[in-house]
Amino acid sequence: MDNHNENQKSKEQGKAAMNKMEIKDLAVFYGKFRAVTDIQMDIQTNKITAIIGPSGCGKSTLLRSFNRMNDLTPSARVEGQILLDGENINVPGVDVVDVRRRIGMVFQRPNPFPKSIYDNVAYGPRLYGVRRKNDLDEIVEKSLKQAALWEEVKDKLHQSGLSISGGQQQRLCIARALAVEPEVILMDEPASALDPISTLKIEELMQELKKEYSIVIVTHNMQQAARVSDYTAMMMLSKEGERSGTVIEFDDTKAIFTRPKDKRTEDYVTGRFG
Amino acid sequence: MTKYIHPLPQTHWLSRLRRAISHGDLPWKWIIIAASVLVMVLILAVGEMLWRESADARSTFGFGFLTPTLTPDWDPVNDEFQAWPFIYGTLLTSLTAIVLALPISVGIAIFMAELCPPWLRMPLNWLVELLAAIPSVVYGLWGIFVFLPTVVTPVAEGLFETFGTVPGLSVLFTGPVPVSGASRLAAAFILTIMIIPTITAVTRDVLLAIPTSQREAALALGATQWETIWQVLLPYGLSGILGAIILGLGRALGETMAVTMVIGNSIEGSASLLRPGYTMASIIANEFAEAVTKLHTQSLIEIGLVLFVLTLILNMVARFLVWSVARKTPQEARA
Amino acid sequence: MTAHTTAHQTNFQKLIEKNHASVSLRRKVTNAVMLSVTGLMTILALIPLFWIIGYVVYKGGQYINLDFFIHTPRPLGMEGGGVLNAIQGTLIISGLASLIAIPPAILAAFYAANNPNTPLGVVLRFSTDVLSGIPSIVIGLFAYAIIVKPMGHYSGFAGAVAMAMLMLPTIIRTTEEMLKLVPHTLREASLGLGAPEWKTSISVVLPAALNGIMTGILLSVARAAGETAPLLFTALGNERYDLGLIIQSGIAQKQGFFEILKRVFDQPVDSLPLTLWKYAQQPYPERIEQSWAAALVLMIVILLINIFTRLWVESRKRRLQG
Repeated sequence: MDNHNENQKSKEQGKAAMNKMEIKDLAVFYGKFRAVTDIQMDIQTNKITAIIGPSGCGKSTLLRSFNRMNDLTPSARVEGQILLDGENINVPGVDVVDVRRRIGMVFQRPNPFPKSIYDNVAYGPRLYGVRRKNDLDEIVEKSLKQAALWEEVKDKLHQSGLSISGGQQQRLCIARALAVEPEVILMDEPASALDPISTLKIEELMQELKKEYSIVIVTHNMQQAARVSDYTAMMMLSKEGERSGTVIEFDDTKAIFTRPKDKRTEDYVTGRFG
Repeated sequence: MTKYIHPLPQTHWLSRLRRAISHGDLPWKWIIIAASVLVMVLILAVGEMLWRESADARSTFGFGFLTPTLTPDWDPVNDEFQAWPFIYGTLLTSLTAIVLALPISVGIAIFMAELCPPWLRMPLNWLVELLAAIPSVVYGLWGIFVFLPTVVTPVAEGLFETFGTVPGLSVLFTGPVPVSGASRLAAAFILTIMIIPTITAVTRDVLLAIPTSQREAALALGATQWETIWQVLLPYGLSGILGAIILGLGRALGETMAVTMVIGNSIEGSASLLRPGYTMASIIANEFAEAVTKLHTQSLIEIGLVLFVLTLILNMVARFLVWSVARKTPQEARA
Repeated sequence: MTAHTTAHQTNFQKLIEKNHASVSLRRKVTNAVMLSVTGLMTILALIPLFWIIGYVVYKGGQYINLDFFIHTPRPLGMEGGGVLNAIQGTLIISGLASLIAIPPAILAAFYAANNPNTPLGVVLRFSTDVLSGIPSIVIGLFAYAIIVKPMGHYSGFAGAVAMAMLMLPTIIRTTEEMLKLVPHTLREASLGLGAPEWKTSISVVLPAALNGIMTGILLSVARAAGETAPLLFTALGNERYDLGLIIQSGIAQKQGFFEILKRVFDQPVDSLPLTLWKYAQQPYPERIEQSWAAALVLMIVILLINIFTRLWVESRKRRLQG
């Protein structure tokens, strides 16, 4: 009995150590409207966690609360706990700026600044006081290499970030996020505005990145979730009442796509749903 | 519908005319085109009139009329005219006003576009626009009796004491400060207040036109709100803000009544900001109705021509700059 | 590669650690300070607004009385007297200027709203902007050259022409905006019934946008009513102007309507801002008192028009959205 308990305990500790983030009882409100409700999720270290579901079910809203981006929407309110390495970041006193450095974000559409490629990547490190040119050069090169963009742009680092193709711009945005060495990367449908070849490149890149980072990706593309992720959260609007989004099933990606427990998940992944 | 029989064949000119009139679209089209062309014609007519009516002044004084000089010559009795003191006065007051108005206006625009709660935005907008609705003469009246004695004179005295003897700067800050406070500095201060609404409105629109994705990109990297505004938004909207500055400059150059009332209207050699002066608009306002000789009238019209050309150029540049910001936005969306 | 990367990762993290306290404090302080500065700038800019309005109400309120509105100026040194001439002048100049400016402005706005991308449409928008940027004193010179000089004397008519040129761009722009708001379906419905374009424009589109257009006209009248520079050498000013007398004597002399009308517009007239300007620069206290009163009247008219039109536009917007 004792033994068993201890086993259990160490198992839990091991599990806790593997969890980069834990989301507990999370709900997001827009004014009085409850957009997302009752979310329980663990984001594991060095894994890719996908959030899938039909459009309008609050996937992006959920993702944006992970790095407190919902603070920017005046009417939005986030309730519940978001633990990063065991520390709740969804409390008033927390240094939001530092949270956002530790949890980077890549958006739906590439949004490079209208500055040079170099300055785009160097923007973050400069914020944190990196001023020496050698340091910056190294960070820029390393980040662009990590984002698999270095070879394509190393000769035109001082051209505008807007002068490269859409797929390259998105990888530039990834490099920009990597430059501040975050621990978690949130990706909000990072390939939805891109062509298939660029999409493939981003997916390959994610497999490389997960060796060093924990990744959460929102996607409406189930095949993409099946291809790239280790864990999948299935979100859907609750049928009754306010119609707010919630996670109806969270499991191993393989399990979600081969033997879903929830009927609605099954309908969705087999295409019987919208 | 009653059918009536045409006494004339359809192709006869009279029936064609009747059709055109009863149908009426052709005349309508030409009328609205004529009205549209009228606007352009008016501008050309203003330019042509100023050019023609200043012919004698231009041929008599040539380019010397406009060139900088240390001993300004404006002598209606002996028909000697030079525009430099007025050009200098206009440039000095307008540029000072821009320098003062820019940080204030950009600050307000940032506050309105990025910081203030949504319910406050509309009332603030109104108030800033009210600042633009106050008539120029009311600014002047308030300036003479309230603003000059309480604000301008003490500030001018302070500037004189601080910079009046500093080598290099003393040219701009020579005293003595007139007792009334009427000076180029007073004009610059009043102009500052008057152009704040212009610069604020354009800058605010420029900021609001910047896609949210730019703000998100910076904030997601851990930038503070100020860093986002200062390092990302302002550079992004820079050309639009330049356009705003130039529009404000255009307004300052042409502002007449308030400036005429507070600048002291004096043609003296001093280049000082603290001394009375004249601007192009205020010399026209003061002397045109009383100008007796032909050359005097023509010289004043030539000053009007300079003012017209300056504002024309500034307007074109400003429109182009504001337009170029609007164009940048879809370029990013294309990706 | 991996070793290299890890080594530098720690470097960067060390750097952030090392800088963290000082850099992050500096960043936070800068953020707080600069954000408050923008709020202070806003307050700073609103100080003159309230100062001016407050002072004009205070001063003007002391000196305003009934005489101010119903008498023409008395010679200096005599008690009483008002600025009836200037009030009448402001009204007839603004009225005539509106009559001159409104028809072409609305027609041009029709062109601009329906053909925004034709070469003439682009030129029209550009020249509207340029026209609104020409200094009003230069417009005054223009009206002097085309009207005062050929006619040989200053007149209210010349002043009205100058005012009309100032009003033109504002009316074109607001009318264009309002015309664009009229739903396309309304136009198509009329055209579909076989009504010609011009009839559709005048009897369907224009009435639908009329309230908005009136707002634009009111705003431009408010702006024009406060202008002084274009009247300096066109309307010039006339202390003995009295509309009532002109009409009475015209009727007594059995003059026709148009003859009387000609006498109304064909002589120099005053306006409130013009009077304010002249009186403010005179050394006589009673004149300065009257210029404060004139400022109060001007401000009330202009503020009322502005507030009224704002409220109206807002309520309409809300209705369209809701």
